[in-house]
Amino acid sequence: MSDPVIIFNDVSKSYPMYHHITGGIKNFIFHISKGIDSLKNKRYEVFRNISFAIEKGETFGIIGKNGAGKSTVLGLIARVLLPSDGKIEVDGRVSPLLELGAGFHPDLSGRENIMLNGVLMGLTRKDVEQRMEEIIDFSELQQFIDQPIRVYSSGMLARLGFSVIAHLDPDILLVDEILAVGDLEFQKKCIAKMEEFKKQGITIVFVSHSMANVEKICDRVMWIENHEARTIGDPGSTISRYTEEKQKAL
Amino acid sequence: MAGKGGIQRSFMTINANRTLQHYIDLIIVLTQKELKVRYKNSFFGYLWSIAHPLAFAFVFFIAFKIVVRIQIEDYALFLIAGLFPWQWFANSVNASPIIFLGNASIIKKVNFPRNLIVFTQVLQDMIHFILAVPVIILFLVMYDKTPSAGWLYGIPILLCIQFFMTYGICLVLASTNLFFRDLERLTFIITTLLFYFTPIIYTETMIPQRYQWLAYFNPLAPLIISWRNLFLNGIVDPALLVVSSGYAAAMFIAGYLVYKKLSWRFAEVL
Repeated sequence: MSDPVIIFNDVSKSYPMYHHITGGIKNFIFHISKGIDSLKNKRYEVFRNISFAIEKGETFGIIGKNGAGKSTVLGLIARVLLPSDGKIEVDGRVSPLLELGAGFHPDLSGRENIMLNGVLMGLTRKDVEQRMEEIIDFSELQQFIDQPIRVYSSGMLARLGFSVIAHLDPDILLVDEILAVGDLEFQKKCIAKMEEFKKQGITIVFVSHSMANVEKICDRVMWIENHEARTIGDPGSTISRYTEEKQKAL
Repeated sequence: MAGKGGIQRSFMTINANRTLQHYIDLIIVLTQKELKVRYKNSFFGYLWSIAHPLAFAFVFFIAFKIVVRIQIEDYALFLIAGLFPWQWFANSVNASPIIFLGNASIIKKVNFPRNLIVFTQVLQDMIHFILAVPVIILFLVMYDKTPSAGWLYGIPILLCIQFFMTYGICLVLASTNLFFRDLERLTFIITTLLFYFTPIIYTETMIPQRYQWLAYFNPLAPLIISWRNLFLNGIVDPALLVVSSGYAAAMFIAGYLVYKKLSWRFAEVL
């Protein structure tokens, strides 16, 4: 185990208080001194000085309260966010698992959406065409595949999304709380697929509030609390400490 | 500033060819999506895209030809020759502020060239405009005129100029609106004003002499005048071409710079 594919070296992330300007030009002009002052001097700190290395083929879980910065870590790995400080190295093709229906168009058929989503995720049209039947089989949506997805249930949408991701051949898979939707059977299928990914040597970064799932599939877990990485360690002990503390706080 | 974190871009080095192919495929898939959505649900999809400018032409014809009795020959033809290209510009520009907002969920998660969404919007409106050219021919025929050979080179040149001008403006608006969210309303007001400041329902020669210089500050004026001259008389004035190309280049560069400067913050602010 000495082949890290994701390295966070002393990474901090903060950003300006955008709400002063996203209120609009009118708002900004009326409160111009306050707005400029807060843009210059105040920053919202998500977390600071986080360091870790994820090995190739490892399944790495991230836990913590809402707003602790779990999704920000995934954003940094996917390179949609840049760190304010520190260094990040990511080696390989990163595929994020999107939230329900993101990147889909309701008026297009399942088949057309597979194409759209696959290309958005970095495949060429030829790649997607080659995998089309396999993706449809995996989704088990054959009967509905040529209907517009606005008639799909949320579980069916989740199935479609996961089926695309499952066939992207990523080196690194980012999973953010996706298993919250879909029926139990589908959840089981997703977990099984993730375990299959593990066997293939795909690195997975998994964010979830479901401790049972985290414990089941993760090799290591990072617990983010109070803007810092509180512990990084084996799932069993980290999760039991986390749940213990949460119960105390109640 | 963007390189502050020093991320290694190993991902980008996969293969330049593959990257280009992926760009092209993204544009194709996104354009197909828009066209399918527009034309799939209704048999009258095509009619819808030309109904709007035709309805405007009708209203202006009533107001200015019949009521005000404007002294312009073949006024209906004159109107649509300017209204169709204007419609392309206005549709793209008015849609641009909400383009990135509307795709927030993927912009926050997937690292793909987001400017292609804007590119596709402008491309799509350009396709609608091209599809509307037969309507202009129909009007020409109604007024006993015919398309001229000059269209063969004139149309591609003007398409190109208008594309880059519109794309540049849309990139600025789409990027900036994420930070100043009321830009959308402002955009709508400004395009409405711009419509009346552009010689679309009147000729440039009707502008009083002492105000004519003002028309040169309107990037749309030389472009729309060129389109109309091309459609009605089959000629393009090289001077107007030079001026509008200059504007197009400036807008495109401005748009690209603003996008480059702001794009890495998109996921933060969404």
